Amino acid sequence: MAIWLTENSKIIVQGMTGGEGTKHTRRMLASGARVVGGVNARKAGTTHEGLPVFGTVKEAMEQTGADVSVAFVPPAFTKDAVKEAIDAEIPLCVVITEGVPVHDSTEFWAYAIAKGNKTRIIGPNCPGIASPGASNAGIIPADITTAGRIGLVSKSGTLTYQLMYELRDFGFSTAVGIGGDPVIGTTHIDALQAFQEDPGTDAIVMIGEIGGDAEERAAAYIEQHVTKPVVAYVAGFTAPEGKTMGHAGAIVSGSAGTAQAKKEALEKVGVRVGKTPSETARLMREIMQSR
Amino acid sequence: MDLFEHQAKELFADYGIPVPRGIVAHTVEEVRAAAEQLTGRVVVKAQVKTGGRGKAGGVKVADDAADAVEKASAILGMDIKGHTVHKVLVEEASAIAEEYYFSFLLDRANRTFLAICSAAGGMDIEEVAHSAPEKVAKVPVSALDGIDRAKAREIALAGGLPEVALDGAAELIEKLWCAFVDEDATLVEVNPMILSADGQVKALDGKVTLDDNAVFRQPEHEAYADKAAEDPLEAKAKEKDLNYVKLDGDVGIIGNGAGLVMSTLDVVAYAGEGLPGKPSPANFLDIGGGASAEVMAAGLEIILSDPSVKSIFVNVFGGITSCDAVANGIISAFKLLESRGEAVTHPLVVRLDGNNALLGRQILADAALPRVELVDTMDDAAKRVAELAAVGA
Repeated sequence: MAIWLTENSKIIVQGMTGGEGTKHTRRMLASGARVVGGVNARKAGTTHEGLPVFGTVKEAMEQTGADVSVAFVPPAFTKDAVKEAIDAEIPLCVVITEGVPVHDSTEFWAYAIAKGNKTRIIGPNCPGIASPGASNAGIIPADITTAGRIGLVSKSGTLTYQLMYELRDFGFSTAVGIGGDPVIGTTHIDALQAFQEDPGTDAIVMIGEIGGDAEERAAAYIEQHVTKPVVAYVAGFTAPEGKTMGHAGAIVSGSAGTAQAKKEALEKVGVRVGKTPSETARLMREIMQSR
Repeated sequence: MDLFEHQAKELFADYGIPVPRGIVAHTVEEVRAAAEQLTGRVVVKAQVKTGGRGKAGGVKVADDAADAVEKASAILGMDIKGHTVHKVLVEEASAIAEEYYFSFLLDRANRTFLAICSAAGGMDIEEVAHSAPEKVAKVPVSALDGIDRAKAREIALAGGLPEVALDGAAELIEKLWCAFVDEDATLVEVNPMILSADGQVKALDGKVTLDDNAVFRQPEHEAYADKAAEDPLEAKAKEKDLNYVKLDGDVGIIGNGAGLVMSTLDVVAYAGEGLPGKPSPANFLDIGGGASAEVMAAGLEIILSDPSVKSIFVNVFGGITSCDAVANGIISAFKLLESRGEAVTHPLVVRLDGNNALLGRQILADAALPRVELVDTMDDAAKRVAELAAVGA
């Protein structure tokens, strides 16, 4: 079992004909994901990587039965691409693109809500979602882990891979990279809720980083609603105030958004927080071994 | 990117928002000329990108040009929370009847914009919101709906502004919204927004933060970059399109992925805690998930040009790019640097993990690069690189 992405998911790629789109379409196909087509208004009717290219998301859905879109379009066109996916009411839209202006992501989020919130948006600025052994929508390397019963939700791509790799003997139900931007479509809380409800997930790894208060809110949610064991990791304890650390959202502003505050909030509700990624993996290992 | 007050006010003026007449001055001579050009009493305001200027003595009222020069000579060169004052804004003093607070900002938690308005202006709004939350109106603003004059008036009313100020405030707020959207700002703050003695609503101060991700459609924002205050290494890294932040320590850090690099900084700092000289990270440098050889070389080059660096930690998780490719990339980077006469002379600890980790480590071991040590895990590699920095201290 998995959340949001299963072996039945049919994936289309918005921006498939571009460099990144082409590269990762190949990788997704090689990993066994059911990629069924791409979208590019200017190349509609052609084929690319052996797959049909459609003019719109709606048309691609009608022709292929696709229920997942992965967007690799440049930042300047991301807002329109996501709004198009929302208009087509595709159930899941994974936005990989880094560098989307926050006015655009705030607008497409408002648009999604105004249209009845029928499309789950993951990202932007994220590695996507992978359900090992079942499907892979995005750029998470498929071959670093195995299928299993750990769920993972993370703001960081490479730390996601690190944990997936360290715990590859246990394996993962689903790993969701929610992205490092200030405004994102799917939050830690959304993933925690889905993992809690997923019979295929026994325990959850949550990775956070400096900036905002998503981890604090996730801690409050865990206290109220999550009975499965959660271990967490927070990056950025030594980050200086007022500097953006790689991710647009990773910034300590005054006393807000510090790693220490996040760690304390999580520990207060009984979540074990690893001091390093490896220690976090060890904590999860103990939990899985004791089951 | 944060703007200086004078830049924020110039931007406000472009959108038709009333601001006091003012002139930027870098020297006391310029201050004198500015004060002579302006009418009446002037305010000399330190231009630094931090709060608490008033308390630090960086804002002074002057009676005439001679007084302005005297006040400015104390302010220019002053240090305010680590920011040196290189310029002042000389502004016509306003006759203030009342002071209010207004801002538009990004509300990350609720994924929307927020208008904050209060009749209790001129002070720290977080403090007011804490001690007297009923005095601060926080109104969500949808990116789809935006702000018109009527909505602006509602917000001003909710903030407790008096009838006499409502029309002027509504007009200012509506224009400020235009600036917020059209300039891709994540914060526009006016504190205080004043009602002047003659009944005008004006922006007496201005704070603006612009979204760096929007530079592709806001080319004129490049001009706001504060080259003088930029760290020279950060400036150099920026030219090479590297994601680099200068820090205070002595261990150079290169990694792939923002989260992994932030984590690397933490792990190195922990490892250095008990060691002589307390080695800690000299920088943040993310060469991206793909970790290509060219970017690796550019990154090493920047770190080698940092005189405070004593040892270097290359921490790569091979995901999209497998570890054998990363290992070959490191070797190419070394060759590239050597050919430019910039051979790596610092001890360098490499940790490769992930796809094809064993092959990658073998390739690096076979290459026998000078001063390179391979350590299998991130925690152990951090300990080793900290030790090497401590020994070099």
